[in-house]
Amino acid sequence: MLEFLIRALLGGLGVAAVAGPLGAFVVWRRMAYFGDTLAHSALLGVALGFLFNINLNLAIVVLCVGLAAVLVTLQKKHIIATDTLLGILAHSALSLGLVAVSFLDNIRIDLMAYLFGDLLAVSQTDLYWIYGGGFAVLTLLVAFWKPLLAVTVNEELAKVEGYPVEAIRLLMMLLVALVIAVAMKIVGVLLITSLMIIPAATARKLSNTPVQMAAISSAIGCLAVCGGVWSSYHWDTPTGPSVVVCAALLFLIAYTSPLKRRTA
Amino acid sequence: MSQRLVTFDKIGIEFGGRVLLDNIDMTINEGEIVTLIGPNGSGKSTLIRTLLGLQEPTQGEVIRDQVLRIGYMPQKLHIDPTLPLTVKHFLALVRRVDKKQILPTLEKVGIAHLIHSQVHVLSGGETQRVLLARALLNKPNLLVLDEPVQGVDVNGQVELYNLIEGIRNELNCGVLMVSHDLHLVMAKTDTVVCINQHVCCSGSPQHVTGHPAYQALFGIPGADESIAIYAHQHDHVHNEHGSILSEDDNAHSHCSHH
Repeated sequence: MLEFLIRALLGGLGVAAVAGPLGAFVVWRRMAYFGDTLAHSALLGVALGFLFNINLNLAIVVLCVGLAAVLVTLQKKHIIATDTLLGILAHSALSLGLVAVSFLDNIRIDLMAYLFGDLLAVSQTDLYWIYGGGFAVLTLLVAFWKPLLAVTVNEELAKVEGYPVEAIRLLMMLLVALVIAVAMKIVGVLLITSLMIIPAATARKLSNTPVQMAAISSAIGCLAVCGGVWSSYHWDTPTGPSVVVCAALLFLIAYTSPLKRRTA
Repeated sequence: MSQRLVTFDKIGIEFGGRVLLDNIDMTINEGEIVTLIGPNGSGKSTLIRTLLGLQEPTQGEVIRDQVLRIGYMPQKLHIDPTLPLTVKHFLALVRRVDKKQILPTLEKVGIAHLIHSQVHVLSGGETQRVLLARALLNKPNLLVLDEPVQGVDVNGQVELYNLIEGIRNELNCGVLMVSHDLHLVMAKTDTVVCINQHVCCSGSPQHVTGHPAYQALFGIPGADESIAIYAHQHDHVHNEHGSILSEDDNAHSHCSHH
């Protein structure tokens, strides 16, 4: 009877564990809005997946990576300020996704589930995707930790020292796209970024080194998932938003508590 | 004869119809300190960026020696405050770094005590030394220093220049330095290259300061009465914390510290 609850918890924990460390990079590199844009476009991926009858997760990853490539190209041409560009792409991709979904007459899509997530409906197959994708992301993060961090800290120094900066930047985007595809089921396209940046921002207060911040942000994400699932079970609140509210509460506690930001 | 590390061969850069660099010829040899001077917007940083491979020249080429290893010290370091990072972790990011060298290198640049400090709380001079340490950890035979004394007070500048000269003497590496602060730099420099899009003049410091092209850009040395140099007579030295090192604590007759 409680099987769905355990699945929900497992799914949520899997996503939070991965979103934490990656969220740290998103915060360090100031990519929050970029992540949002990719997440919003994920809905278009879902629509296209249904339309061409391919695996939804795959469709999302492909679309996100494609969009990331378009973004980088447009950014280099300096047509318009980056934040404006991101705003245009984010909302047109989301709207395009909504329009595309409305054409799918023969398939009933629970739009709310894609926008805000439906943690309690996580299936066995979803769990395989979450843990498979999560494992891939974590492995890549660990394997490329030093170059990823070096490029984040200072791109020019990294380039002079011989790091393949462009490739590392691409890897970063691929990782964000993967996490979005995996996390979409849990918190939905509109809330994914929050699961990356809120735990990471909370962890900043408690950490001295990048590794610490990544690990603590994982732990805080997991805590938020537990709290969210619990409150959702007790008070019948929507699960995805409950997780985000929990994360936000933890953030508030960390920053209003008398703990000083550690500096040395 | 010392080895030639880098040759700039007729480097030209045009950007959006504007000429940033025009026909620059220059060489840097092993063990040589070359200082690049020029007014703001003269293309000093652009020239350095072509050497570092951060910018492609539109004309000419940079010929690098096969064994060239560059240690680069950028003008400043901006690290996002959301990224917790100690000096040690920052230095460990050097590609293929020998982690055992981190502490000795910090000792060499005189800031071993800062190894566990966060990079965000360092002063200007301390940051420059951390950047110098990072450049050294790359085991360079050419140090490229972009305005190495930026944001450092005059005493600190003298110390930093002495440090750089000491490193050159120890490693026999080439040094390419960008500066617009002339008087302090020149004493330590073998060759001065004055550029303003093109090479105005180059040679020994004495030769360059006497050159009409240099005087047209920077004025005749000593003729500018609007800048009075305050000779600060020190009868003591500071240690790296800024406190006074003196054998005799009562010897501060010329200058008092509050």
